[in-house]
Amino acid sequence: MTGSILPLRVTGLTYQPGSRRLVDDVSFELTAGMRTVILGPNGAGKSLTLRLCHGLIPPSAGLIAWGDGNIPSAYLTRRQAMVFQKPVMLRRSTAANISHALACHGVKRRDRPARVAEALARTGLEALARTPARVLSAGEQQRLALARAWILRPEVMFLDEPTASLDPSSTRSVEDIILAIHNAGTKIILTTQDLGQAKRIADEILFLDRGRLIERATANEFFAGPATPEARAFISGELIMPKHLPRQTKDLASE
Amino acid sequence: MTDLWEALSVALSLVVGLDRELVDIVGLSLRVSLTAVTMAALIGLPLGAALTVARFPGRGVCIVALNSLMGLPPVVVGLIVYLMLSRAGPLGVFGLLFTPAAMIIAQTVLITPIIASLSRQITDDLWSEYREQLRSLGVSRRRAVTTLLWDGRIGLLTAVLAGFGRASAEVGAVMIVGGNIDNVTRVMTTTIAMETSKGNLALALGLGIVLIAISLIVNGLTFGLGVATRFEKAPA
Repeated sequence: MTGSILPLRVTGLTYQPGSRRLVDDVSFELTAGMRTVILGPNGAGKSLTLRLCHGLIPPSAGLIAWGDGNIPSAYLTRRQAMVFQKPVMLRRSTAANISHALACHGVKRRDRPARVAEALARTGLEALARTPARVLSAGEQQRLALARAWILRPEVMFLDEPTASLDPSSTRSVEDIILAIHNAGTKIILTTQDLGQAKRIADEILFLDRGRLIERATANEFFAGPATPEARAFISGELIMPKHLPRQTKDLASE
Repeated sequence: MTDLWEALSVALSLVVGLDRELVDIVGLSLRVSLTAVTMAALIGLPLGAALTVARFPGRGVCIVALNSLMGLPPVVVGLIVYLMLSRAGPLGVFGLLFTPAAMIIAQTVLITPIIASLSRQITDDLWSEYREQLRSLGVSRRRAVTTLLWDGRIGLLTAVLAGFGRASAEVGAVMIVGGNIDNVTRVMTTTIAMETSKGNLALALGLGIVLIAISLIVNGLTFGLGVATRFEKAPA
Protein backbone atom coordinates (compact mmCIF):
# COMPACT_ATOMS: atom_id res chain seq x y z
CA MET A 1 0.00 0.00 0.00
CA THR A 2 1.09 3.56 -0.71
CA GLY A 3 -0.42 6.96 -0.03
CA SER A 4 -0.77 9.38 2.82
CA ILE A 5 -1.95 8.41 6.31
CA LEU A 6 -2.91 12.05 7.00
CA PRO A 7 -5.04 13.75 8.10
CA LEU A 8 -5.15 12.56 11.69
CA ARG A 9 -8.64 13.00 13.14
CA VAL A 10 -9.01 12.73 16.90
CA THR A 11 -12.54 12.80 18.27
CA GLY A 12 -13.53 12.78 21.94
CA LEU A 13 -10.24 11.20 22.96
CA THR A 14 -10.34 10.19 26.61
CA TYR A 15 -7.91 8.27 28.79
CA GLN A 16 -8.96 7.34 32.29
CA PRO A 17 -6.99 4.43 33.76
CA GLY A 18 -8.41 4.95 37.26
CA SER A 19 -10.62 7.50 38.91
CA ARG A 20 -8.80 10.46 37.32
CA ARG A 21 -9.36 11.45 33.74
CA LEU A 22 -5.90 12.17 32.37
CA VAL A 23 -6.99 13.01 28.83
CA ASP A 24 -10.47 14.46 28.70
CA ASP A 25 -12.57 14.57 25.54
CA VAL A 26 -9.86 15.93 23.26
CA SER A 27 -10.71 16.49 19.61
CA PHE A 28 -8.60 17.90 16.78
CA GLU A 29 -7.58 17.29 13.20
CA LEU A 30 -4.01 17.52 11.95
CA THR A 31 -3.05 17.79 8.32
CA ALA A 32 0.25 17.51 6.50
CA GLY A 33 2.72 20.33 6.33
CA MET A 34 2.49 22.37 9.48
CA ARG A 35 4.68 21.70 12.49
CA THR A 36 2.27 21.07 15.34
CA VAL A 37 3.37 21.74 18.90
CA ILE A 38 1.31 20.44 21.80
CA LEU A 39 2.03 22.87 24.59
CA GLY A 40 1.06 22.80 28.22
CA PRO A 41 2.26 22.53 31.80
CA ASN A 42 3.26 19.32 33.59
CA GLY A 43 0.37 16.91 33.90
CA ALA A 44 -1.54 18.48 31.03
CA GLY A 45 -1.76 15.15 29.20
CA LYS A 46 0.62 16.05 26.36
CA SER A 47 2.68 12.86 26.41
CA LEU A 48 -0.40 10.69 26.90
CA THR A 49 -2.10 12.32 23.92
CA LEU A 50 0.97 11.58 21.82
CA ARG A 51 1.11 7.94 22.99
CA LEU A 52 -2.60 7.51 22.33
CA CYS A 53 -2.28 8.92 18.81
CA HIS A 54 0.76 6.72 18.12
CA GLY A 55 -1.15 3.65 19.33
CA LEU A 56 1.10 2.80 22.25
CA ILE A 57 -1.84 2.84 24.65
CA PRO A 58 -5.52 2.26 23.91
CA PRO A 59 -7.92 5.11 24.67
CA SER A 60 -10.69 4.70 27.25
CA ALA A 61 -13.05 6.44 24.84
CA GLY A 62 -12.96 8.39 21.61
CA LEU A 63 -11.74 7.80 18.13
CA ILE A 64 -8.37 8.16 16.41
CA ALA A 65 -8.74 7.97 12.65
CA TRP A 66 -5.98 8.22 10.07
CA GLY A 67 -6.46 9.15 6.43
CA ASP A 68 -9.69 7.83 5.00
CA GLY A 69 -10.15 5.58 8.02
CA ASN A 70 -9.44 2.37 6.10
CA ILE A 71 -5.67 2.21 6.38
CA PRO A 72 -4.28 -1.17 7.52
CA SER A 73 -2.67 -0.98 10.97
CA ALA A 74 0.64 -2.43 9.74
CA TYR A 75 0.94 0.35 7.16
CA LEU A 76 -0.01 2.94 9.77
CA THR A 77 2.76 1.71 12.06
CA ARG A 78 5.33 1.82 9.28
CA ARG A 79 4.45 5.40 8.36
CA GLN A 80 4.87 6.76 11.90
CA ALA A 81 7.83 7.07 14.25
CA MET A 82 8.21 8.32 17.77
CA VAL A 83 11.08 9.87 19.70
CA PHE A 84 10.77 9.68 23.46
CA GLN A 85 11.81 12.16 26.12
CA LYS A 86 14.28 9.62 27.49
CA PRO A 87 15.52 7.80 24.40
CA VAL A 88 15.65 4.03 24.63
CA MET A 89 19.10 2.90 23.61
CA LEU A 90 19.55 -0.75 22.71
CA ARG A 91 22.65 -2.38 24.18
CA ARG A 92 24.44 -2.06 20.86
CA SER A 93 26.62 0.37 18.99
CA THR A 94 25.25 3.62 17.58
CA ALA A 95 25.21 2.17 14.05
CA ALA A 96 23.64 -1.10 15.21
CA ASN A 97 20.80 0.82 16.88
CA ILE A 98 19.91 2.36 13.52
CA SER A 99 20.44 -0.91 11.69
CA HIS A 100 18.09 -2.66 14.13
CA ALA A 101 15.31 -0.19 13.34
CA LEU A 102 15.82 -0.80 9.63
CA ALA A 103 15.74 -4.55 10.18
CA CYS A 104 12.47 -4.18 12.09
CA HIS A 105 11.02 -2.41 9.06
CA GLY A 106 12.11 -5.20 6.75
CA VAL A 107 15.01 -3.41 5.04
CA LYS A 108 17.30 -6.03 3.48
CA ARG A 109 20.63 -6.63 5.20
CA ARG A 110 22.65 -5.55 2.13
CA ASP A 111 20.80 -2.22 1.97
CA ARG A 112 21.27 -1.32 5.61
CA PRO A 113 24.90 -0.08 5.75
CA ALA A 114 24.26 2.71 3.24
CA ARG A 115 21.08 3.78 5.04
CA VAL A 116 22.88 3.70 8.39
CA ALA A 117 25.71 5.83 7.00
CA GLU A 118 23.14 8.27 5.62
CA ALA A 119 21.41 8.57 9.00
CA LEU A 120 24.69 9.05 10.84
CA ALA A 121 25.78 11.74 8.40
CA ARG A 122 22.49 13.62 8.65
CA THR A 123 22.76 13.79 12.43
CA GLY A 124 26.51 14.30 12.75
CA LEU A 125 27.15 10.99 14.46
CA GLU A 126 29.58 9.43 11.95
CA ALA A 127 32.49 9.49 14.35
CA LEU A 128 30.43 7.68 16.99
CA ALA A 129 29.20 4.88 14.72
CA ARG A 130 31.00 2.14 16.65
CA THR A 131 30.50 3.65 20.09
CA PRO A 132 28.06 1.80 22.37
CA ALA A 133 24.85 3.82 22.31
CA ARG A 134 24.44 3.71 26.07
CA VAL A 135 27.68 5.60 26.71
CA LEU A 136 26.76 8.52 24.45
CA SER A 137 25.90 11.85 26.05
CA ALA A 138 22.23 12.76 26.49
CA GLY A 139 22.35 15.05 23.47
CA GLU A 140 24.05 12.44 21.30
CA GLN A 141 21.54 9.82 22.40
CA GLN A 142 18.65 12.06 21.39
CA ARG A 143 20.31 12.72 18.02
CA LEU A 144 20.65 8.96 17.60
CA ALA A 145 16.98 8.52 18.49
CA LEU A 146 16.11 11.09 15.81
CA ALA A 147 18.40 9.40 13.28
CA ARG A 148 16.81 6.04 14.07
CA ALA A 149 13.33 7.43 13.58
CA TRP A 150 14.16 9.55 10.52
CA ILE A 151 15.84 6.74 8.58
CA LEU A 152 12.52 4.90 8.55
CA ARG A 153 11.21 7.75 6.36
CA PRO A 154 8.03 8.24 8.35
CA GLU A 155 5.23 10.47 7.17
CA VAL A 156 4.48 11.51 10.75
CA MET A 157 6.98 11.84 13.58
CA PHE A 158 5.87 12.21 17.19
CA LEU A 159 8.39 13.85 19.49
CA ASP A 160 7.75 13.75 23.20
CA GLU A 161 9.67 16.61 24.85
CA PRO A 162 12.83 15.61 22.98
CA THR A 163 15.01 18.30 24.58
CA ALA A 164 13.64 18.23 28.12
CA SER A 165 16.94 17.20 29.70
CA LEU A 166 19.39 18.79 27.27
CA ASP A 167 21.68 21.80 27.52
CA PRO A 168 21.14 24.75 25.13
CA SER A 169 23.76 23.59 22.66
CA SER A 170 22.34 20.07 22.42
CA THR A 171 18.83 21.53 22.27
CA ARG A 172 19.89 23.62 19.28
CA SER A 173 21.36 20.56 17.51
CA VAL A 174 18.20 18.54 18.11
CA GLU A 175 15.95 21.37 16.93
CA ASP A 176 18.03 21.76 13.75
CA ILE A 177 17.54 18.07 13.03
CA ILE A 178 13.80 18.34 13.72
CA LEU A 179 13.53 21.22 11.24
CA ALA A 180 15.53 19.23 8.69
CA ILE A 181 13.18 16.28 9.15
CA HIS A 182 10.24 18.60 8.58
CA ASN A 183 11.87 20.12 5.49
CA ALA A 184 12.29 16.58 4.14
CA GLY A 185 8.51 16.20 4.21
CA THR A 186 7.70 14.62 7.54
CA LYS A 187 4.81 15.93 9.62
CA ILE A 188 6.15 16.97 13.04
CA ILE A 189 3.97 16.63 16.14
CA LEU A 190 5.97 17.69 19.16
CA THR A 191 5.14 18.18 22.82
CA THR A 192 6.94 20.69 24.95
CA GLN A 193 6.49 22.97 27.92
CA ASP A 194 9.33 25.18 26.73
CA LEU A 195 7.84 28.40 25.34
CA GLY A 196 11.05 29.30 23.54
CA GLN A 197 11.10 25.98 21.77
CA ALA A 198 7.44 26.27 20.87
CA LYS A 199 8.11 29.71 19.33
CA ARG A 200 11.09 28.36 17.37
CA ILE A 201 9.40 25.25 16.04
CA ALA A 202 5.64 25.65 15.96
CA ASP A 203 3.49 26.56 13.00
CA GLU A 204 0.42 25.77 15.06
CA ILE A 205 -0.17 25.28 18.78
CA LEU A 206 -2.50 22.93 20.62
CA PHE A 207 -2.63 24.11 24.22
CA LEU A 208 -3.56 21.42 26.73
CA ASP A 209 -4.29 21.88 30.42
CA ARG A 210 -5.49 19.24 32.90
CA GLY A 211 -6.15 16.78 30.13
CA ARG A 212 -8.32 19.12 28.07
CA LEU A 213 -7.61 20.89 24.80
CA ILE A 214 -8.03 24.50 25.85
CA GLU A 215 -6.96 26.36 22.76
CA ARG A 216 -5.82 25.83 19.19
CA ALA A 217 -4.26 28.56 17.10
CA THR A 218 -1.45 29.33 14.70
CA ALA A 219 1.79 30.03 16.53
CA ASN A 220 1.71 33.70 15.59
CA GLU A 221 -1.84 34.15 16.88
CA PHE A 222 -1.18 32.16 20.03
CA PHE A 223 1.90 34.06 21.09
CA ALA A 224 0.47 37.44 20.03
CA GLY A 225 -2.51 36.99 22.32
CA PRO A 226 -3.85 33.73 23.58
CA ALA A 227 -7.61 33.52 23.74
CA THR A 228 -7.97 31.68 27.04
CA PRO A 229 -6.97 32.71 30.59
CA GLU A 230 -5.15 29.38 31.09
CA ALA A 231 -2.95 29.95 28.04
CA ARG A 232 -2.36 33.58 29.04
CA ALA A 233 -1.31 32.49 32.52
CA PHE A 234 1.00 29.85 31.09
CA ILE A 235 2.67 32.26 28.67
CA SER A 236 3.12 34.91 31.34
CA GLY A 237 4.82 32.34 33.56
CA GLU A 238 2.11 32.14 36.19
CA LEU A 239 1.83 28.80 37.90
CA ILE A 240 -1.20 26.77 36.97
CA MET A 241 -2.05 24.56 39.91
CA PRO A 242 -3.71 21.26 39.08
CA LYS A 243 -7.14 20.93 40.67
CA HIS A 244 -6.23 17.73 42.48
CA LEU A 245 -3.47 19.29 44.60
CA PRO A 246 -4.26 19.81 48.30
CA ARG A 247 -5.65 23.18 49.26
CA GLN A 248 -2.65 23.95 51.47
CA THR A 249 -0.29 23.49 48.53
CA LYS A 250 -2.38 25.87 46.42
CA ASP A 251 -2.36 28.46 49.18
CA LEU A 252 1.40 28.24 49.52
CA ALA A 253 1.84 28.67 45.78
CA SER A 254 -0.36 31.71 45.67
CA GLU A 255 1.48 33.48 48.50
CA MET B 1 44.36 -36.96 58.86
CA THR B 2 47.32 -38.78 57.30
CA ASP B 3 44.87 -40.76 55.16
CA LEU B 4 43.29 -37.54 53.97
CA TRP B 5 46.61 -35.99 52.93
CA GLU B 6 47.63 -39.24 51.32
CA ALA B 7 44.33 -39.37 49.41
CA LEU B 8 44.73 -35.74 48.36
CA SER B 9 48.28 -36.40 47.19
CA VAL B 10 47.17 -39.39 45.11
CA ALA B 11 44.21 -37.39 43.82
CA LEU B 12 46.49 -34.60 42.61
CA SER B 13 48.80 -37.10 40.95
CA LEU B 14 45.80 -38.62 39.16
CA VAL B 15 44.76 -35.19 37.92
CA VAL B 16 48.24 -34.00 36.94
CA GLY B 17 49.12 -37.38 35.40
CA LEU B 18 45.88 -37.37 33.39
CA ASP B 19 44.87 -40.78 34.70
CA ARG B 20 43.07 -42.66 31.94
CA GLU B 21 40.01 -43.60 34.03
CA LEU B 22 39.67 -40.07 35.39
CA VAL B 23 39.98 -38.53 31.95
CA ASP B 24 37.31 -40.86 30.53
CA ILE B 25 34.91 -40.04 33.34
CA VAL B 26 35.50 -36.28 33.03
CA GLY B 27 35.10 -36.49 29.24
CA LEU B 28 31.77 -38.28 29.50
CA SER B 29 30.56 -35.88 32.20
CA LEU B 30 31.36 -32.86 30.07
CA ARG B 31 29.80 -34.42 26.99
CA VAL B 32 26.57 -35.18 28.86
CA SER B 33 26.30 -31.87 30.74
CA LEU B 34 27.31 -29.62 27.83
CA THR B 35 24.87 -31.38 25.50
CA ALA B 36 22.11 -31.07 28.09
CA VAL B 37 22.91 -27.38 28.67
CA THR B 38 22.92 -26.70 24.93
CA MET B 39 19.54 -28.36 24.50
CA ALA B 40 18.11 -26.66 27.59
CA ALA B 41 19.39 -23.27 26.40
CA LEU B 42 17.89 -23.76 22.95
CA ILE B 43 14.53 -24.44 24.59
CA GLY B 44 14.72 -22.34 27.75
CA LEU B 45 16.12 -19.02 26.51
CA PRO B 46 13.48 -18.38 23.81
CA LEU B 47 10.78 -19.81 26.06
CA GLY B 48 11.65 -17.35 28.85
CA ALA B 49 11.83 -14.39 26.46
CA ALA B 50 8.56 -15.42 24.79
CA LEU B 51 6.87 -15.52 28.19
CA THR B 52 8.13 -12.00 28.80
CA VAL B 53 6.71 -10.64 25.56
CA ALA B 54 3.51 -12.66 25.25
CA ARG B 55 0.24 -11.71 26.92
CA PHE B 56 -2.35 -14.48 27.22
CA PRO B 57 -4.80 -15.81 29.80
CA GLY B 58 -2.97 -18.03 32.26
CA ARG B 59 0.40 -16.37 31.72
CA GLY B 60 0.78 -15.81 35.46
CA VAL B 61 0.07 -19.48 36.14
CA CYS B 62 2.71 -20.46 33.56
CA ILE B 63 5.28 -18.21 35.24
CA VAL B 64 4.50 -19.57 38.71
CA ALA B 65 4.68 -23.13 37.37
CA LEU B 66 7.99 -22.44 35.66
CA ASN B 67 9.46 -20.90 38.81
CA SER B 68 8.26 -23.89 40.83
CA LEU B 69 9.87 -26.31 38.38
CA MET B 70 13.25 -24.70 39.14
CA GLY B 71 13.27 -26.70 42.34
CA LEU B 72 12.43 -30.03 40.72
CA PRO B 73 13.88 -32.87 42.85
CA PRO B 74 16.46 -34.65 40.65
CA VAL B 75 15.43 -38.11 41.81
CA VAL B 76 11.84 -37.41 40.78
CA VAL B 77 13.04 -36.26 37.35
CA GLY B 78 15.18 -39.39 37.19
CA LEU B 79 12.18 -41.56 38.08
CA ILE B 80 9.90 -39.91 35.49
CA VAL B 81 12.52 -40.14 32.73
CA TYR B 82 13.19 -43.76 33.81
CA LEU B 83 9.49 -44.61 33.46
CA MET B 84 9.33 -42.91 30.04
CA LEU B 85 12.42 -44.69 28.73
CA SER B 86 11.91 -48.09 30.33
CA ARG B 87 10.85 -50.92 28.05
CA ALA B 88 7.19 -50.56 29.10
CA GLY B 89 7.28 -46.76 28.78
CA PRO B 90 6.17 -44.69 25.78
CA LEU B 91 9.75 -44.11 24.64
CA GLY B 92 11.01 -47.59 25.53
CA VAL B 93 11.18 -48.55 21.88
CA PHE B 94 14.25 -46.34 21.42
CA GLY B 95 16.29 -48.36 23.95
CA LEU B 96 17.84 -45.30 25.55
CA LEU B 97 17.73 -46.37 29.19
CA PHE B 98 21.18 -46.74 30.79
CA THR B 99 22.88 -44.80 27.99
CA PRO B 100 24.42 -41.31 28.00
CA ALA B 101 21.42 -40.16 25.92
CA ALA B 102 19.12 -40.96 28.84
CA MET B 103 21.35 -38.94 31.16
CA ILE B 104 21.26 -36.02 28.70
CA ILE B 105 17.46 -36.17 28.60
CA ALA B 106 17.21 -36.22 32.41
CA GLN B 107 19.59 -33.28 32.81
CA THR B 108 17.80 -31.33 30.07
CA VAL B 109 14.46 -31.84 31.82
CA LEU B 110 16.05 -30.77 35.09
CA ILE B 111 17.70 -27.56 33.93
CA THR B 112 15.37 -26.27 31.21
CA PRO B 113 13.02 -24.70 33.81
CA ILE B 114 16.02 -23.06 35.51
CA ILE B 115 17.27 -21.48 32.29
CA ALA B 116 13.75 -20.55 31.12
CA SER B 117 12.80 -18.96 34.43
CA LEU B 118 16.03 -16.99 34.74
CA SER B 119 15.72 -15.99 31.08
CA ARG B 120 12.21 -14.66 31.75
CA GLN B 121 13.39 -12.62 34.72
CA ILE B 122 16.37 -11.16 32.85
CA THR B 123 14.42 -10.33 29.70
CA ASP B 124 11.54 -8.94 31.76
CA ASP B 125 13.80 -6.17 33.09
CA LEU B 126 14.93 -5.41 29.56
CA TRP B 127 11.38 -5.51 28.18
CA SER B 128 10.16 -2.90 30.64
CA GLU B 129 12.83 -0.61 29.19
CA TYR B 130 12.44 -1.55 25.49
CA ARG B 131 8.69 -2.15 25.23
CA GLU B 132 7.56 1.25 23.98
CA GLN B 133 10.46 1.63 21.56
CA LEU B 134 9.90 -1.80 20.03
CA ARG B 135 6.15 -1.31 19.87
CA SER B 136 6.72 2.05 18.22
CA LEU B 137 8.81 0.26 15.59
CA GLY B 138 5.95 -2.19 15.12
CA VAL B 139 8.13 -5.23 15.73
CA SER B 140 6.67 -8.72 15.70
CA ARG B 141 6.80 -10.78 18.87
CA ARG B 142 9.42 -12.98 17.26
CA ARG B 143 11.63 -9.99 16.52
CA ALA B 144 11.08 -8.70 20.07
CA VAL B 145 12.21 -12.06 21.46
CA THR B 146 15.39 -12.11 19.37
CA THR B 147 16.12 -8.49 20.31
CA LEU B 148 15.75 -9.26 24.01
CA LEU B 149 17.87 -12.41 23.72
CA TRP B 150 20.67 -10.57 21.93
CA ASP B 151 20.67 -7.48 24.12
CA GLY B 152 20.41 -9.54 27.30
CA ARG B 153 23.11 -11.98 26.22
CA ILE B 154 25.50 -11.36 29.08
CA GLY B 155 22.84 -11.85 31.76
CA LEU B 156 21.50 -14.85 29.89
CA LEU B 157 24.94 -16.41 29.81
CA THR B 158 24.78 -16.38 33.59
CA ALA B 159 21.47 -18.24 33.38
CA VAL B 160 23.08 -20.86 31.14
CA LEU B 161 25.98 -21.08 33.56
CA ALA B 162 23.58 -21.68 36.43
CA GLY B 163 22.07 -24.49 34.37
CA PHE B 164 25.49 -25.97 33.71
CA GLY B 165 26.32 -25.81 37.39
CA ARG B 166 23.15 -27.67 38.26
CA ALA B 167 23.67 -30.25 35.50
CA SER B 168 27.31 -30.99 36.23
CA ALA B 169 26.70 -31.32 39.99
CA GLU B 170 23.63 -33.54 39.64
CA VAL B 171 23.71 -37.12 40.96
CA GLY B 172 20.25 -38.57 41.57
CA ALA B 173 18.68 -38.38 38.11
CA VAL B 174 21.73 -39.58 36.17
CA MET B 175 22.24 -42.41 38.66
CA ILE B 176 18.67 -43.64 38.05
CA VAL B 177 18.56 -43.35 34.25
CA GLY B 178 22.26 -43.98 33.60
CA GLY B 179 22.84 -46.79 36.09
CA ASN B 180 26.46 -45.73 36.75
CA ILE B 181 27.81 -48.39 34.41
CA ASP B 182 31.59 -48.48 34.18
CA ASN B 183 32.91 -47.05 30.90
CA VAL B 184 29.35 -46.41 29.68
CA THR B 185 27.42 -44.04 31.95
CA ARG B 186 29.80 -43.36 34.82
CA VAL B 187 30.16 -39.61 35.30
CA MET B 188 32.00 -37.49 37.86
CA THR B 189 29.23 -37.13 40.42
CA THR B 190 28.10 -40.76 40.37
CA THR B 191 31.73 -41.91 40.55
CA ILE B 192 32.44 -39.60 43.52
CA ALA B 193 29.39 -41.00 45.34
CA MET B 194 30.34 -44.59 44.58
CA GLU B 195 34.08 -44.32 45.26
CA THR B 196 33.47 -42.47 48.54
CA SER B 197 31.16 -45.24 49.72
CA LYS B 198 33.87 -47.76 48.77
CA GLY B 199 36.51 -45.77 50.67
CA ASN B 200 38.48 -44.94 47.51
CA LEU B 201 38.94 -41.29 48.40
CA ALA B 202 41.76 -40.58 45.95
CA LEU B 203 39.68 -40.91 42.78
CA ALA B 204 36.71 -39.19 44.45
CA LEU B 205 38.88 -36.23 45.50
CA GLY B 206 40.57 -36.09 42.09
CA LEU B 207 37.20 -35.83 40.39
CA GLY B 208 36.08 -33.26 42.97
CA ILE B 209 39.10 -31.11 42.13
CA VAL B 210 38.27 -31.33 38.42
CA LEU B 211 34.61 -30.47 39.09
CA ILE B 212 35.57 -27.33 41.00
CA ALA B 213 38.17 -26.39 38.37
CA ILE B 214 35.55 -26.68 35.62
CA SER B 215 33.23 -24.42 37.56
CA LEU B 216 35.99 -21.84 38.03
CA ILE B 217 36.95 -21.94 34.35
CA VAL B 218 33.37 -21.51 33.17
CA ASN B 219 32.85 -18.60 35.57
CA GLY B 220 36.09 -17.01 34.42
CA LEU B 221 35.10 -17.37 30.78
CA THR B 222 31.73 -15.79 31.45
CA PHE B 223 33.33 -12.87 33.24
CA GLY B 224 35.87 -12.37 30.45
CA LEU B 225 33.18 -12.58 27.81
CA GLY B 226 31.17 -9.96 29.67
CA VAL B 227 34.07 -7.54 29.66
CA ALA B 228 34.93 -8.24 26.03
CA THR B 229 31.41 -7.81 24.69
CA ARG B 230 30.53 -4.72 26.70
CA PHE B 231 31.77 -2.45 23.97
CA GLU B 232 31.42 -4.65 20.95
CA LYS B 233 29.56 -3.68 17.83
CA ALA B 234 26.48 -5.85 17.65
CA PRO B 235 24.76 -6.96 14.49
CA ALA B 236 21.15 -5.94 14.03
